[in-house]
Amino acid sequence: MFWMFHYAVIGIYVLVALFPLYWLLKVSVTPNDLLYSEGVRMWPSRTSFDHYWSVIRHTDFPLFFRNSVIVSAATALFTTLFASGTGYAFSRFAFAGKFWLIGLMLVTQMFPLVMIIAPIFRLFAPLGLTNSLTGLIIIYTAYNVPFAAFLMQSFFDAIPKELEEAAMIDGATRFGALRQIILPLTLPGIAATLGFVFTAAWSELLFALMLNSKQDSTTFPVGLLTFVSKFSVDFGQMMAAGVLALIPVCIFFLLIQRHLVQGLTAGAVKG
Amino acid sequence: MIAIDITGVHKDFGAVSVLKGVDITIAPGEFVVLVGPSGCGKSTLLRLIAGLEEMSAGEIKIGGRIVNDLPPKDRDIAMVFQSYALYPHMTVEGNMSYSLKLKRTPKQVIADAVAGAAGKLGLGALRHRKPRELSGGQRQRVAMGRAIVRKPKAFLFDEPLSNLDARLREQMRFEIKKLHRELGATSVYVTHDQIEAMTMADRIVALNGGVVQQVGTPLDLYDNPANIFVAGFIGSPAMNFLEANLLHVGDVAELRVGGVVIDQLPMSASATGDGKITVGIRPERVTLTASPAAIPVNVVLVEPTGLGMVVHLELAGQFLKLFTTDRPRLKVGDSARVDFDTADLRLFDPITGDRVQLAGK
Repeated sequence: MFWMFHYAVIGIYVLVALFPLYWLLKVSVTPNDLLYSEGVRMWPSRTSFDHYWSVIRHTDFPLFFRNSVIVSAATALFTTLFASGTGYAFSRFAFAGKFWLIGLMLVTQMFPLVMIIAPIFRLFAPLGLTNSLTGLIIIYTAYNVPFAAFLMQSFFDAIPKELEEAAMIDGATRFGALRQIILPLTLPGIAATLGFVFTAAWSELLFALMLNSKQDSTTFPVGLLTFVSKFSVDFGQMMAAGVLALIPVCIFFLLIQRHLVQGLTAGAVKG
Repeated sequence: MIAIDITGVHKDFGAVSVLKGVDITIAPGEFVVLVGPSGCGKSTLLRLIAGLEEMSAGEIKIGGRIVNDLPPKDRDIAMVFQSYALYPHMTVEGNMSYSLKLKRTPKQVIADAVAGAAGKLGLGALRHRKPRELSGGQRQRVAMGRAIVRKPKAFLFDEPLSNLDARLREQMRFEIKKLHRELGATSVYVTHDQIEAMTMADRIVALNGGVVQQVGTPLDLYDNPANIFVAGFIGSPAMNFLEANLLHVGDVAELRVGGVVIDQLPMSASATGDGKITVGIRPERVTLTASPAAIPVNVVLVEPTGLGMVVHLELAGQFLKLFTTDRPRLKVGDSARVDFDTADLRLFDPITGDRVQLAGK
């Protein structure tokens, strides 16, 4: 009896969570002439991939897409690198000002993004970091490092200190112990952080919209807005672009999912 | 085989002083057990020897060399942790060979050393398993194996058996001792379990509150405890302590518990202050007797242990235990008479807890 309820609840959740994705897919393959004429239907009477072709051939979307991949991948890489170092230090060392440093990093997470956009713009403009992918990578990395550092710290905390101590007694330096013992065990955590930061950067709109105005440094979330014109919204192409945008995230999570599941369940089982 | 010399070692964690001036000399090849209740500083001392903590003051020498500023990797010691601290992502073989690989030992030498240690510990068939696929006892053996493959100058053990069940603990106790005899390396073993200390040690160092209470062979500590702490900590069931008075009556000094005279000492004996003194006697030195002149007691509780029986007694309002391998027919509420083996009475100052040596007591 209980398991039925259990599955029913999970089923409802999955349905609610996935329905928008389904709708995205459905609209993206619905020909324009059927979009408004068929009413609300679960699946159109005729499907076509026209929207996809026109998005790929006739818009700047491939460029936006490339920009997004560069920005998100670089952000994920740098953030995870810095966050791992910070998280390790927070987890393993006692040092003066640690409490205040952690506090300060928390404070940065409390401001709504909107508040800091103007000052960031003023800072970036003279440095030539507006209208540039580098600028986006810097601001995304800076903004994501604190949270990612706390995330990494919790993963390091989960690894017993004795493992490092054992390695150091076995003859390893602290860095050697970190590289050979701790890092392999933190892979799930690193994967989770990479995934989290990649997705955050991939879907970020506000900074990308405010700091960049040129086509060649536009990322895909901003690009989606180009389908909204003054008098109409090209839903078909927008949805097709949306589906395409899902692909890298899916690939990315496929690559790391083995570690991710491990990371989420680590410590759940004895031993 | 090397000696370990610990001189004037202090360790403070912030305002808390964990070790307050510890001096211990460990002879080459000796098996020394550091024993004490949790928080006594025994693990901290071991970690100082290993180099995992920095000491606040003092000096530690391993094999005549001052190691105060030497990182753990350069001390050439092996350590077995309570949690075993096996590398979860490496196989048994990987765990055991890690230290040798770091030293760039030739592959063949590593393979031989690992095979040798695995054979010695009965791990041969498990060499390709990961730690999570092993039982607690097997993990413990791998931790031992990891320590012995590298032939270190000294072994450090940090409560290595406390995560095992009683039967396995008994077996591993024996195996560790056997390994020590075969390898002959200087070993320092930390435990809070006084039975482990008694059965394994060449010498025991009893620690309490960051201060060494007594150093000696197991039987030394058992028979001649330096103070109430050691007397009470070593031995199970624990020594009985009774509040007594030392009174001069005629030409002798009487040792009385309540109104009951339990021993007579020469006239020269005297206790500090008002004559109050603490009497310690081991439960197996309290014997049941039929003699009407013996000490009258009431039975409070009877605990059969199989090997014998622990009988809890009440004597003039104070409680004591008796251990006997006979099986007396006693039940709660019975009156009985007991004798104290007066040669084995130990006297302590009730204020300082120090042993009071009176007429050979």
